[in-house]
Amino acid sequence: MTQTIQFTLNGSPVSIDVDEERTLLWVLRDDLSLTGAKFGCGEGLCGACTILLDGEAVPSCQLTAGYAAGKKITTIEGLEQDGRLHTVQKAFIKYDALQCGFCTPGMILRAVALLSANPEPSSDQILSAMDGNLCRCGAHVRIIQAVQTASEAMKGGRS
Amino acid sequence: MTQKGNSAKNPAGTGPPQASITRRAFLKRMGLLGGGIIVYGALGDVAALARAPREGYIGAGVPIDFNAFLRIGADSRVTCFVGKIEMGQGPITSFAQMAAEALDVSYESVDMVMGDTGRCPWDAGTWGSLSTRFYGIFVKEAAAEAKGVLKALAAERLLCPMSRLSTKNGIVFDRDRPMSRVSYGELTRGNIIERHLETLPPPKPTSEYTISGKPYLRRDAMDKVTGRAKFTADMRLPGMRYARILRPPAHGARRIRVDTSGAEQMKDVQVLREGDMVAVLHPDPDGAAAALERISADYDVPDTGINDETIFQHLLEHAPAPAVASEAGSLDSGESSSQSIIEETYLNSYVAHAPMEPHAALAAVEDGKAKIWASTQTPFGVQQQVAQALGLPAEKVRIIAPFVGGGFGGKSASAQAVEAALLARRAGSPVMVVWTREEEFFFDTFRPAAVVKIRSGLNGAGRISLWDYQVYFAGKRGCENFYDIPHHREAVYGEWRIAPGIHPFAVGPWRAPAANTNVFARDLHMNIMAAKAGIDPLAFRLHHLSDDRMRGVLEAAARQFGWTPAKTPSGRGYGISCGIDAETYVAAMAEVAVDRKSGGIEVKRVVCAQDMGEVVNPQGATLQMEGCITMGLGYALSEEVHFRNGRLLDVNFDTYAIPRFSSLPAIETVIVPNPSIGPKGGGEPAIVCMGGVLATAVYDATGAVVRQLPMTPERVKEALKQAG
Repeated sequence: MTQTIQFTLNGSPVSIDVDEERTLLWVLRDDLSLTGAKFGCGEGLCGACTILLDGEAVPSCQLTAGYAAGKKITTIEGLEQDGRLHTVQKAFIKYDALQCGFCTPGMILRAVALLSANPEPSSDQILSAMDGNLCRCGAHVRIIQAVQTASEAMKGGRS
Repeated sequence: MTQKGNSAKNPAGTGPPQASITRRAFLKRMGLLGGGIIVYGALGDVAALARAPREGYIGAGVPIDFNAFLRIGADSRVTCFVGKIEMGQGPITSFAQMAAEALDVSYESVDMVMGDTGRCPWDAGTWGSLSTRFYGIFVKEAAAEAKGVLKALAAERLLCPMSRLSTKNGIVFDRDRPMSRVSYGELTRGNIIERHLETLPPPKPTSEYTISGKPYLRRDAMDKVTGRAKFTADMRLPGMRYARILRPPAHGARRIRVDTSGAEQMKDVQVLREGDMVAVLHPDPDGAAAALERISADYDVPDTGINDETIFQHLLEHAPAPAVASEAGSLDSGESSSQSIIEETYLNSYVAHAPMEPHAALAAVEDGKAKIWASTQTPFGVQQQVAQALGLPAEKVRIIAPFVGGGFGGKSASAQAVEAALLARRAGSPVMVVWTREEEFFFDTFRPAAVVKIRSGLNGAGRISLWDYQVYFAGKRGCENFYDIPHHREAVYGEWRIAPGIHPFAVGPWRAPAANTNVFARDLHMNIMAAKAGIDPLAFRLHHLSDDRMRGVLEAAARQFGWTPAKTPSGRGYGISCGIDAETYVAAMAEVAVDRKSGGIEVKRVVCAQDMGEVVNPQGATLQMEGCITMGLGYALSEEVHFRNGRLLDVNFDTYAIPRFSSLPAIETVIVPNPSIGPKGGGEPAIVCMGGVLATAVYDATGAVVRQLPMTPERVKEALKQAG
């Protein structure tokens, strides 16, 4: 049923009239023109559609639009602040932590959520936190390096 | 796909579709017959110039006019057009390096346009580690000729003999009077230069390279970390609708009834029939999915009796006559000179491509023209397929491949583009087809299940005296012998391509097709022979190798790994594998630990050394080696397509297990320098060793020979039981 749903999207309030049962991923991609979150599996098994919901990394293909009401959503498009990349984005560039790039937005958001919750994760904690995000190109070793480096940079107050 | 050298913009291209690759058509396409063209003297015969051979499917259709590859703007910015696509292997960076190096312009001043049949020179497809190795040479030649023509133009403009002119950073200058100079942009004013050289200048010596051969980070990284990079499913057109297509439950199933009335009553839903295809359209994907659920259909599903266990016998029973890939001596002489004979059979299961981006296409068909964005490795092939399906001339069909989210051979076939085109014409509005993950598995062109039989002999001196190699349905690539063996024969029964009546579903090229299977079988067998001869498996290989490149990569890998000789099984869990792929020599060593109780394999470390000739981008090449090693863990350890009667049992990532962060070993790569032979393949070679290096490591750890990939815990436990 079509409803007016309000939430905070990448720092700004939005209000849209949408069927609350629709998949959040498609609403973001089609109604809000944010195509950074990707469709990969439709079952929450690959992490390509990862977004931040109140700071937590979640698969947007498993959520309804109605679920977003009143929440804070961050997509990959919202990570840049005043034209400056997030530390994790910079680290991904520095380490070439991507190939085809399709999993990259989800990877970065997963890493951002991890570092927000745990600014100094151990290697095992990084592996475990990232494990639900799949990459077929095999950029894994570089993604780990990038997350570790971002963690150190954020710890030192650099960004 | 279009990428500015120094900006994040990724605008969609414009321009009419390319009719053919003739010179006249090319000029016409650029709108340059009649006006806007600089004609200096007569139109020369561009075909007369000696160039790199454009042989077979690789290059026969690639244009020779340098204008097809390069355009120099009035601002001296260079646009480089290539028919290849970017799916992660990084040619967007290495092509820009090669063009900049050969033209003497800065890397940053080069913008790339890729995979657009309306703007780019023809190409057969992005596969086979051919981009740098072959297409790169065409780009370099085009740039070298363009630079020569620019110098000739400058000589006239500056009233200076050609011999005194040099080029640097997009400027031609008189070495005796450096202030006498002119920029490339001033010479071309953005126009096509209709002038060609009598002879190509000699290639720039690699010792003078300042861009090619240096490590460059990916130039598409900024777009990809910000979400600005556009993949096919990210494209939007006004009035576009999403399609879902009715699919059979199994391969070979025949539809006997379909009822679309439920869907037809739904709001905003359009039900379409196009030939056998039944589809629904809706403005959003949820609506299309809901409509598809309201269609009911019945099918006859034949009982073929073929499943993932019976398939190997089925393959052997349906093998065609063999093609001999390589041979020497005679197998009879080999047999009689052998003291012991070792005979083994190796298997590998069907493996999926499983790119993170499912096949997608957005089609607009109107006024007798079609424009289609498609995730494909073969835009020019898709152009032909769509033209045929729509009954349009090819020049009325334009295919644009934006960034492609992984291909690995699986997007060589792109049926989704034809589906979208047919539906868009029928609907009268743009149509987006995005395959679900289930469709992606169902319609994948899997790496074929395969059987390898090896019958080999050792003579009294511990040398290989016989090598009778038979491979069924994997294919030839990678099976050719490179060891010093007096009597050998490599027989290939069937290739990896679709063969009617053989495979229960489509098969096709999977990253380094055939080679993964062949190298696995050869290396595991080599280690069994080395163990029989009582010799360290590295020493055993070196005893049979006079090829310096292969010795070079094995020795480089051994140094990095810290290999010390021991007879198999040493209990250390050390593995070894080597092969030749895409003219690149590659060797890998690994260390594993095997849990005897669970059968689980922990890969601790993988070292890979590669001689890939001249390396254009060492950073990109290293990325490809790491990616190959990581991806290769999957086919070696966990990836396998289960099926029964044409019905796929693995259709998503819950049961189809691709490598994850938690399965990651330490990875070390070594590039063995060999610039004098030109660039060789880089996107595939390092994956060919992964089955062999891990199977030999498990053998070394436990004495158990796991003869089937993937080495699942069950197969490891079974092999342990057999080994006692």
